[in-house]
Amino acid sequence: MSNGSMEVEGAPAAGVERPSGFFVTLGGAALDFIREAGAGGILFWRGLLSMGRLPRSLPLVFEQMRRIGVESLPLVIITSIFTGAVTAVQAAYQLREFVPEQYIGTAIYKSVTIELGPVLTALVVGCRVSASIAAELGTMRVTEQVDAMEAMAIDPVRYLAMPRIVAGLIMLPIVTVFADALAIGGGFVVSNASLGISPSTFVNGMKMYFFAGDVFGGLIKAFVFGGIITLMGCLAGFRTSGGAVGVGQAATRAVVASCVLILVSDYVLATLLFKIIFG
Amino acid sequence: MAARPVVEVRGLWKSFGDKEALRGVDLKLHDGETLVVLGPSGCGKSVLLKHVIGLMEPDRGSIIVEGRDLSGLSQAELNEIRQKFGMVFQGAALFDSMTVGDNVALPLREHRGMKGERLSALVEEKLELVGLKGISSLRPAELSGGMKKRVALARAIALDPDIILYDEPTTGLDPVMAEQINELIRSTQRKLNASSIVVTHDLHSACFTGDMVALMDEGRIAFYGTTDELTTTENEAVRNFIARGHPAATGAPGGSGAGPACADDPFA
Repeated sequence: MSNGSMEVEGAPAAGVERPSGFFVTLGGAALDFIREAGAGGILFWRGLLSMGRLPRSLPLVFEQMRRIGVESLPLVIITSIFTGAVTAVQAAYQLREFVPEQYIGTAIYKSVTIELGPVLTALVVGCRVSASIAAELGTMRVTEQVDAMEAMAIDPVRYLAMPRIVAGLIMLPIVTVFADALAIGGGFVVSNASLGISPSTFVNGMKMYFFAGDVFGGLIKAFVFGGIITLMGCLAGFRTSGGAVGVGQAATRAVVASCVLILVSDYVLATLLFKIIFG
Repeated sequence: MAARPVVEVRGLWKSFGDKEALRGVDLKLHDGETLVVLGPSGCGKSVLLKHVIGLMEPDRGSIIVEGRDLSGLSQAELNEIRQKFGMVFQGAALFDSMTVGDNVALPLREHRGMKGERLSALVEEKLELVGLKGISSLRPAELSGGMKKRVALARAIALDPDIILYDEPTTGLDPVMAEQINELIRSTQRKLNASSIVVTHDLHSACFTGDMVALMDEGRIAFYGTTDELTTTENEAVRNFIARGHPAATGAPGGSGAGPACADDPFA
């Protein structure tokens, strides 16, 4: 009956001793995982169902796009530039003895667009955004603001979760484009200034093996990561209980779940995109 | 006063783990009536209120609102019924990311599609009803406890509801502010002619605001009657409750023996 309620259930009753042991712990963890996955699936499905009212929620989506994307840019800029710079140094160190130096440009462009850009951006933005969403919605949950919204016949999933998820899906690819460009720029500067690779050699190396599927594949990954980050933040927030401690735990849970799911789904997507679709 | 029931609670049971919060609650709220659900903290009052508006699902029993059973309704049907309600939460539950004006405007925007000057004027009108004109641009964090409760009431009455639910409206307020909130509940009742359920552990508030009183004790309705009957009944749960909170009312040790808590003068 409850609208956006994702109440925590199944907690042991006070005074009831739980049996202990390795398999019991393992079984409990598996059940917790299934419960979380089920709740995440339900939230995602309800988010999809509420998309019909997206036009009405556009101001909320724009506000979340600003918070998720634009406000993450300083962090993304620093991370990306140094990621590109380190990649250049590492690539030069590992490849110089074996391959011509023009392939440094290829290595940087490929590793950044396929893997480092989307994944590192998702991890950096994910930590910041999922914790922030979980803390905000968690505070709303424990202070009965979510209940108040439901009591007003306003669906919290439509009003609170859906704009965040849509904004995440839109902004992560956009931020990843910036991250890719900055990382390649960082690699270019370091290659030129510190490794003695000329600009034309670097650019030629990039052009030689350029494949649009690499960039699109990376952006598809970013799109999925955007959904994961915001969904985990909303899920943890809605399932918060227990006051300030509960809000802290929700933020932690959101960050851990986001990071784990980003890495796991990265493997699945890499296999799907670069072995099957673009392979 | 007694007309058709607008809300009917039938045999409501609710447990959390092995703790039974509600154990077969039956209640009726009649049209235009203010029903006070009185009882000590933790007796299940707020849980009952959340069932009435469909924020919780009962283990057993049913809630009938204007002839419609809440269980088995689709989300859209439930939301349609919820628009008949306004609810004031214990901690006010104002959206702290919004201004006071936006808090009051939210249900009007969402359900009436109002905007612009017309919306601003109506928001001001609602705020004026609770004595807070001209504070639309403030944030909830800038308000006192009593002001937050008033804004919560302004938000609750934004859609001119048929039924208003109050969860501990005077809890945490100083006596002067609590008295103002009690007055406000009464005046709102008169102006909107809404039916109300007030959940409280404050006997004075119950006597001042209520037409009918139900005393909850350990998840059950231990007493149901008028405010006058509350003070004259020999019901043990009532006598115990009054003696604990208002020894003067029963002549119990420690009291002044100055008369019942719900005398003609509700401020006595």
